[in-house]
Amino acid sequence: MLGDQLLNLHRVAPEVLLSVAGIVVMILDPFVGPTRKRWLGWLAFAGALLALFSVHIAYDFRGPAYDNLINTDMFSVFVHAIVILASALAILGSIDYLEREHIQRGEYYALVLFATAGMGILAGANELVTAFIGLEMSSISTYVLVGFRRRSATSNEASMKYFLLGSFATAFFLYGIAMIYGATGTTYVDRVQAMLEGAGTIPPLAMLGLGLTFVGLGFKVVIAPFQVYGPDVYQGAPTPVTALLSSAPKVATFALMLRIFYVSFGMVSEFWFWTVWISAVLTMFIGNLAALVQNNVKRMLAYSSIAHAGYIMVAFAASTTLGVVAVLFYLAAYMLMKVGAFLIVTHLGQQGETRLELQDYAGLGSKEPVLAACFSLFLLSLLGLPATAGFLGKFFAFQSALDSHSAHGPAIIWLVVIAAINSVIGSYYYLRVLISMYFVEPAKDYTPSSVTPALGVAIFVAAVGTLYLGLLPAQVLELARTAADSLPLH
Amino acid sequence: MLTVITFLPLLSVLALLLLRSDDHVWIRRIALAASLAEFAVSLLLLRGFDSSNAAYQFTEYHHWIGEAIHYHLGVDGISLFLVLLTTFLTPLAILCSWESIHENVKGFFVSLLVIETAMIGVFLSLDLFLFFVFWELTLIPMYFMIGIWGHDRRIYAAVKFILYTMLGSILMLVAILWLYGLSGTFDLEGIQQYLASVRLSHITELLLFGAFFLAFAIKVPLFPLHTWLPDAHTEAPTAGSVILAGVMLKLGTYGILRFCLPLFPDAAEQMAPLIGVLAIIGIVYGALVATVQTDLKRLVAYTSVSHLGLVVLGIFAFQTTAIQGALYQMLNHGVSTGALFLSVGMLYDRRHTHDIKEFGGLATPMPVLMSFFLFVALSSLALPPLNGFIGEFLILIGTFLNHQVWASLAASAAVLSAIYLLWAYQRVALGEVTVERNRTLLDASRRERIILVAVSLAILFMGIASPLITRRTEASVDNVITRFHASLNLPQSASIPSWGVRKVRAAGKAVAARGQR
Repeated sequence: MLGDQLLNLHRVAPEVLLSVAGIVVMILDPFVGPTRKRWLGWLAFAGALLALFSVHIAYDFRGPAYDNLINTDMFSVFVHAIVILASALAILGSIDYLEREHIQRGEYYALVLFATAGMGILAGANELVTAFIGLEMSSISTYVLVGFRRRSATSNEASMKYFLLGSFATAFFLYGIAMIYGATGTTYVDRVQAMLEGAGTIPPLAMLGLGLTFVGLGFKVVIAPFQVYGPDVYQGAPTPVTALLSSAPKVATFALMLRIFYVSFGMVSEFWFWTVWISAVLTMFIGNLAALVQNNVKRMLAYSSIAHAGYIMVAFAASTTLGVVAVLFYLAAYMLMKVGAFLIVTHLGQQGETRLELQDYAGLGSKEPVLAACFSLFLLSLLGLPATAGFLGKFFAFQSALDSHSAHGPAIIWLVVIAAINSVIGSYYYLRVLISMYFVEPAKDYTPSSVTPALGVAIFVAAVGTLYLGLLPAQVLELARTAADSLPLH
Repeated sequence: MLTVITFLPLLSVLALLLLRSDDHVWIRRIALAASLAEFAVSLLLLRGFDSSNAAYQFTEYHHWIGEAIHYHLGVDGISLFLVLLTTFLTPLAILCSWESIHENVKGFFVSLLVIETAMIGVFLSLDLFLFFVFWELTLIPMYFMIGIWGHDRRIYAAVKFILYTMLGSILMLVAILWLYGLSGTFDLEGIQQYLASVRLSHITELLLFGAFFLAFAIKVPLFPLHTWLPDAHTEAPTAGSVILAGVMLKLGTYGILRFCLPLFPDAAEQMAPLIGVLAIIGIVYGALVATVQTDLKRLVAYTSVSHLGLVVLGIFAFQTTAIQGALYQMLNHGVSTGALFLSVGMLYDRRHTHDIKEFGGLATPMPVLMSFFLFVALSSLALPPLNGFIGEFLILIGTFLNHQVWASLAASAAVLSAIYLLWAYQRVALGEVTVERNRTLLDASRRERIILVAVSLAILFMGIASPLITRRTEASVDNVITRFHASLNLPQSASIPSWGVRKVRAAGKAVAARGQR
């Protein structure tokens, strides 16, 4: 009995460590003077790092935990690694940011850690109500984080918007779970699959449930037509929070979507294929076209992350094992380049986040050559230039989609062609930033402050990761493959 | 060996990055030394190259990503001289930017050397994935080159250049992935074997061909996709124009020759009439537009549209001689147009304008520079026994056999090029000095003379010693065309009797031999 409990704990080691670290930060917070608050940030970072290593423990003891509520399989381990790395980088990027904005508080770090724990649960959940708890944990923490710049109107607006619409969306998800339970008599991901296979057909109530789930989760990953809130929230949130928000919850929620759509409802993939298809096309076009006309770099990157969710949906539409591999690889690549880009925006925003416009980046190439080079790397990776992670992400996404051509017919080929055209449209707005940084004369009266060590390390890690995944992706790809194989697909 | 050739420039980039960025002298010296070393190493290829062998040589093959993607390099007669052209032009591009680039000198030479690596990589890759990586990698440094060190409308030109090319290449990526889905490999030879064994449906082959061809046609550029070219060439700094016109346009024609013809022969055969007509329109249109330009650099840029049209025409004649000629013309165009841009750049360094009206009678103050300019112009308009003649003649004679009308129309290029180049020369160099301040212009400096002598020697060499080159390209070209005809599923058109092929090849050899005398 005790052995079982211990085993269970091993399997959720990352969540345990994250939560413990969060609680310790909360407890210590009142005892730490205002000038020393930044040490709480380092503590939280240490906790995240520890959790990142503990992913290996979870991997060593992988298997179902707590009566199969959570399934710590390779898939879950892979997603955990991405999510926790994202939040570790975000914490590193936050320490000096909070100092600069005079909002250095312990609960910030605690909330980041709790949110990450929630995302971890989301990634491993084998049962929908457990998944809901994970979703709520991560959502509620991020509602607060988005509004952390209390004195800023945009931050408050973003928080309010995110909270109201987000609660609405989670309610949809909950209804979806209820419907699925009503139709199949279970909320376990794998049992739903067995149930549907036994019945040989999908009951209408389950269809409805799946639809509602799609709405709820689609909101969290910011895909069309549920994307409207995204840019406002991303723009209003403190930039390190945007870095976290645009990467980790998306990664975790996509993981849950893969479990629900591929495992539970994999049998009826032709049923949801067109939903995903249409959503992917809309997401890509809306994200890219809207990003074209943005002059605010933060908002532009927000739209770009919508567009990238669209590319991920292209791989998602494949509904094959290769599709899972492509989605997972894309998520890893996407996390690195997006967090990297937002961390640089964090730094260049300067005090009060006032320098976010395109013209504020003028001449950065000559003023801060290294920083500009890193930013170019992230942007070019987002654009999909070969030898960067973003290219291979797109490459595998397109490849997996085309590979499923026998199952889906010409529709999937068109989807890839549309995605390809979109990535050309998208290249324009990334290039605009490069134009501003390199081709335009720098403004004389302004020089950005130098990069702090913590932020520098975070950016460096993201940059190296982006290059590593772009040049030597074999190892991560192999991990993604084993992760995909560990899912009991239909 | 090939890895060294491909990545030596990139290695020297690392060395450059270690230097202080205001140490301009050593940055230039190291860049030049690296590019010269690169040229020397690439010349070693000639020694080991077996010209009777049509297969890829010096191949290197390693696993890279997963089972399907390999690091596969190789060189054959088609790519050999294109690599040499690249390594030959890069030192000249560095030399010509010696004094004209003042800002961000380090970034400039880094871009130049990265482009060199990427271009050589394109020519040597035998894996479609690797090819695509290098193909896209050429874009960004060139984008920076035009955008940072270009002239007034540089940003417009840079963005136009990159968006145009990306649109083409992204569809090629889809086609590459599709081919992978069909054949299960990215390896060029593997795909070729697969396509030889299986018959694609007609529409599939047409779409795949279209995706590849669009990417290459934009790069060439084939009329009516050429509109990025005059802007990019005119706005780029001299070195950028030299590389762009000298090598980068050949990436397109090389791609057609390496991928479109061998992989999709039926579609190529079917589309040939359309492409041929577009090529002829390009030849005539490019020449006519060049004639009326008032901007000297733009004039040279439009000659590329015309000359590359001729190359495409030669390729789509599906004829060993014509393709030999097309390949030769690719090299000629690289050297001659590169040289034209170098001369124009030297004028620009002195007067900071390309406007023909600002020149006139320049032969009086600078006889040496203008003589070289005339020499280069003559080579570009295909005066025997200079290099341009060999290529043009081979293309025309090869094309004439299948398409008399095409060849006759294309022959007008010879006349038109004489008009625009000689007229331009007359307006720039002959007569009285029209602008007073031009009287005091300095003649070619020692550095400029080195550049001009180097290109002139290359022009002369390629004009009189053409068999040295054609002998090495023949086997590979022959191989391409034999496999092309063998894998055609459509009935062979009766107008290509084999005796004709032989006769034309003999005629081509005779021409080359005459040039040698």
